Amino acid sequence: MSGDTIFTALTEEHGGDARWAFGTGFTDALAGVDTTLPAGVDGDDLALYCQMLGDDALVQAQRLIDWVTDAPELEEEVALANIALDLLGQARLLLARAGQADGTGRDEDAFAYRRGPSEFRNVHLAEAPRGDFARAVVTLLVLSSSRLALFTRLTDSKDPVLAAIAAKAVNELAYHREYAVSWALRLGDGTAYSHERMAEAVAAVWPLTGELFATHPVEARLADQGAGVDPATVRDEVHAVLTQVLVRATLGAPGPFPPGAIAGRDGRHTDRLAPLLDELQKVAREHPEATW
Amino acid sequence: MSNDATGTAARPEWPLYEVFVRGKRGLNHVHVGSLHAPDDTMALHNARNLYTRRNEGVSIWVVPAEHITASSPDEKDPFFAPSGDKVYRHPTFYPIPEDVPHI
Repeated sequence: MSGDTIFTALTEEHGGDARWAFGTGFTDALAGVDTTLPAGVDGDDLALYCQMLGDDALVQAQRLIDWVTDAPELEEEVALANIALDLLGQARLLLARAGQADGTGRDEDAFAYRRGPSEFRNVHLAEAPRGDFARAVVTLLVLSSSRLALFTRLTDSKDPVLAAIAAKAVNELAYHREYAVSWALRLGDGTAYSHERMAEAVAAVWPLTGELFATHPVEARLADQGAGVDPATVRDEVHAVLTQVLVRATLGAPGPFPPGAIAGRDGRHTDRLAPLLDELQKVAREHPEATW
Repeated sequence: MSNDATGTAARPEWPLYEVFVRGKRGLNHVHVGSLHAPDDTMALHNARNLYTRRNEGVSIWVVPAEHITASSPDEKDPFFAPSGDKVYRHPTFYPIPEDVPHI
């Protein structure tokens, strides 16, 4: 072994990759996936769709990070942070795909740090205030259930990159939903006080659920092309899942989802998004040439 | 999680669990640490979140710490010292006869 220290020697052994210390056996979800735009799929539509799904994850992740240093227990803090990191990973892959699809070649950082609130395509539930732990549980339950239903179908997308991202995300989302369900059952079917807080959380979140299943023209077109999923097609399945959980949690069967109108998907947001983005983008905007 | 509605004093802490993880290429579970959780199922969740972040394991055992019976450090000598001079308990102590090479 050459090299003056064991570390340089081991780095040389690994072909100059100094990250040998971080373990082995990692897989790349997008390894070997063909990145050319499939025929019959409009690039601009696909880019917008990737931003819709990517921004949902990015904004939701940013909200979950609010719990770091503020969670009720250390274990819950790590759990929520892990969930946020999973979503951030999905956002990175989706936003990178958006830059490939629209031909601009913009990378994930350009999308995350350079777009303003009116260019973000997330639903309002993602940007809604964090609230208490009960609200976090209900929000996660709703968003992970609907996202899991969407992504399960997205694994059959005609776009191989979207299909690969969905295949990776499905395992993560299944765990997010299981975590949310575990807490929903324990808090709902818990003490009188935890039950009351959960009921308040459901009442606060439910009005925002309609938007999740409203079909945007881009989503409709991509669903026709076989590359995307029309969210209206998962509404009943998601409602059935949520009903099952809420009934088991003794919170009662919820009414139907309220009628949904397109808003966030068209870049029309509440006044909660701008401060969230300001915090997310502040450093990158102040130091646009910085790298690390 | 806050006090319940009757306003009783500080809530009891969640019970302590010990966590054992078996790696992909391992044959046995190894103790990796401990955590608090409200019940067994959440202990499994918490162990997955805390102790398998770096692709460490394929199997997790969680045991409430109160169910573990451990040897006491004070009894170390009576428990463990007697095996120190009983070399006949090791297979390699015995010479193998030349004409049975594959015993």
